Amino acid sequence: MIATWRVHWFVLQTSISERLTYRGDFVLGTLVRFLPIVTQVFLWTAIYAGDEAKQINGYRYRDMVAYALLVMLGRAFSSMPGLAGGIARDIRDGTIKKYLTQPIDMLGFLFWARVAHKLVYYAVAGGPFILMFWLCRGYFTYELDVATVSAFALSLILGFLVGFLMESLIGLIGFWFLEVSSLIFICMMLNYFLSGHMIPLDWIPSLFAEGSAGRAVATVTLKYLPFQYMAYFPAAVILGKIQGEELVWHLVAAVCWVMVLYAANRVAFARGVRRYSAYGG
Amino acid sequence: MDGIDVRNLEKQYQVFRKREGVWASLRSLVTRQYTTIRAVKGVSFRIEPGEMVAFLGPNGAGKTTTLKLLAGLIYPTAGTATVLGHVPWKREIAYRRRFALVMGQKNQLWWDLPAQESFRLHKEIYRLEADVFERRLAELTELLEVKKLVGQPVRELSLGERMRMELIAALLHSPDVLLLDEPTIGLDVVSQRKVQDFLKHYQAEQNLTVLLTSHYMKDVQALCQRAVVINEGEIKHDGPLADIVDRFSTFKVIDLLFAGDQRPQGLERFGEVFDDQFPRAKLKVPRQHVPEILTGLLSNYSLEDVGVQDRPLEEVIAELFTSTRADAEDASGPTGDDGRSDPAGARR
Repeated sequence: MIATWRVHWFVLQTSISERLTYRGDFVLGTLVRFLPIVTQVFLWTAIYAGDEAKQINGYRYRDMVAYALLVMLGRAFSSMPGLAGGIARDIRDGTIKKYLTQPIDMLGFLFWARVAHKLVYYAVAGGPFILMFWLCRGYFTYELDVATVSAFALSLILGFLVGFLMESLIGLIGFWFLEVSSLIFICMMLNYFLSGHMIPLDWIPSLFAEGSAGRAVATVTLKYLPFQYMAYFPAAVILGKIQGEELVWHLVAAVCWVMVLYAANRVAFARGVRRYSAYGG
Repeated sequence: MDGIDVRNLEKQYQVFRKREGVWASLRSLVTRQYTTIRAVKGVSFRIEPGEMVAFLGPNGAGKTTTLKLLAGLIYPTAGTATVLGHVPWKREIAYRRRFALVMGQKNQLWWDLPAQESFRLHKEIYRLEADVFERRLAELTELLEVKKLVGQPVRELSLGERMRMELIAALLHSPDVLLLDEPTIGLDVVSQRKVQDFLKHYQAEQNLTVLLTSHYMKDVQALCQRAVVINEGEIKHDGPLADIVDRFSTFKVIDLLFAGDQRPQGLERFGEVFDDQFPRAKLKVPRQHVPEILTGLLSNYSLEDVGVQDRPLEEVIAELFTSTRADAEDASGPTGDDGRSDPAGARR
């Protein structure tokens, strides 16, 4: 057990040093990722037309800006750029051999490499993030107690786990379909919508008439899907949209999803390897 | 059981067959036709511990498939194999700790990092003791003459240097079995030589069991006593390397050095002239007629020197690969056609 952790620790360290190879490119890429938030703030400013009292589906202007910022923070944990594509590429070009012939677990390896990527990312993006939240501090007027902040921190970690496991599961589909880039694109689009990245997730049921079957279906469906843990849920915790018993329910549900996705990953990996025939033999 | 034991190993692939054209492409969305390819057809051989065996065959003969089976990367369709007593495709961790697979065309090292970082990771992955690791690393970098390069990012190394680093990464954990797929592919002569010398020395010292594929007969001749020749998924020869020439080469080469400055006439009567540079000439002649032909040559021309040689292994192997199945099985009487097509192929 300790030896396994030592390996993971080394994977982490090695990944960090690899990640730091192209510092310039990395820093630039990180900073450019802040641009969309600026346009989003402008967009919501225009939609609310500066009316502080106006509410859309229970969100005031300041709630919307706070939501956008929090979603960005949540996505910093849950988004996994290049993970699915990387796994599929490793399968296609045979790099996966390394994981199958060495005494190492591929998913564990990728997980710790990803943790390393994230840590380096936070080191670089931490400053801009703090600056951004400080500049926008006026929008945050929520009462935060220790329990809420802890739930938020937990929700970010769960978001990371759900994000990782979902992406790696998509990547493992590469065992069956060699090319998964369009699948990744579809999932990205779905995710953009269903995670609450585009608009708050609790807006979707209100697109249907009150009391209609569509509304009921949307409400129930959204409650049980795992996508929300990647963006909507952490933000909703801070905004006080999810509280008390419901909050606990969602935390438990997220943990369950992590376990289900983990099991699915293991099964997909085992079956995939079984199917894998080392292309180009 | 130690060593490598392969019995009736068979691997079939299902390959999707696409016809040409748009209409066929559309149709293939609905109904697909698959062809079964038998990459390895009931192969059996045994390699004793500490033996270094060459695995020869043309592209697509089934060499790499067999190596992948032995590395546990793919499952066989039928048959069995054990390596160091393990069934490879169970991929037990205990087995993975005891063998290494090196593919000349694939790299396992981290591209952007110095090789030493990959080595350190291997130290952890294979759970090597610090002192064992340091000692082995020092020894291997010394032997392969890359001591100064371990701190340089792998992407900055030449192909030859990188290959040597790959070998170090593969050998750090002292595997008992080494599967080498074209370890010298694309290397220059000097690098090839270094890798060869290293493998020879290291294998003898560590009593390593090695199965090696290569298209360079120089590698093979320098390293292996025994060769297993595979073509079209079947084993065509298994035995001493030297026997390949005896068994499959139906021709010998007569080197002639003529005396005087008269260009000899009518040399074609005795055999195929393939390197005519007066006063020297080379004749390719059927093996069984060498004595008569020599007598004929000596009585018809004035010669300063005569030599009879076996054809280079490379040519024989090339011939063996291009010959049909029947020829390979009955090596005593191949047709003239094969002979005629051969020198051209060999000189390519």
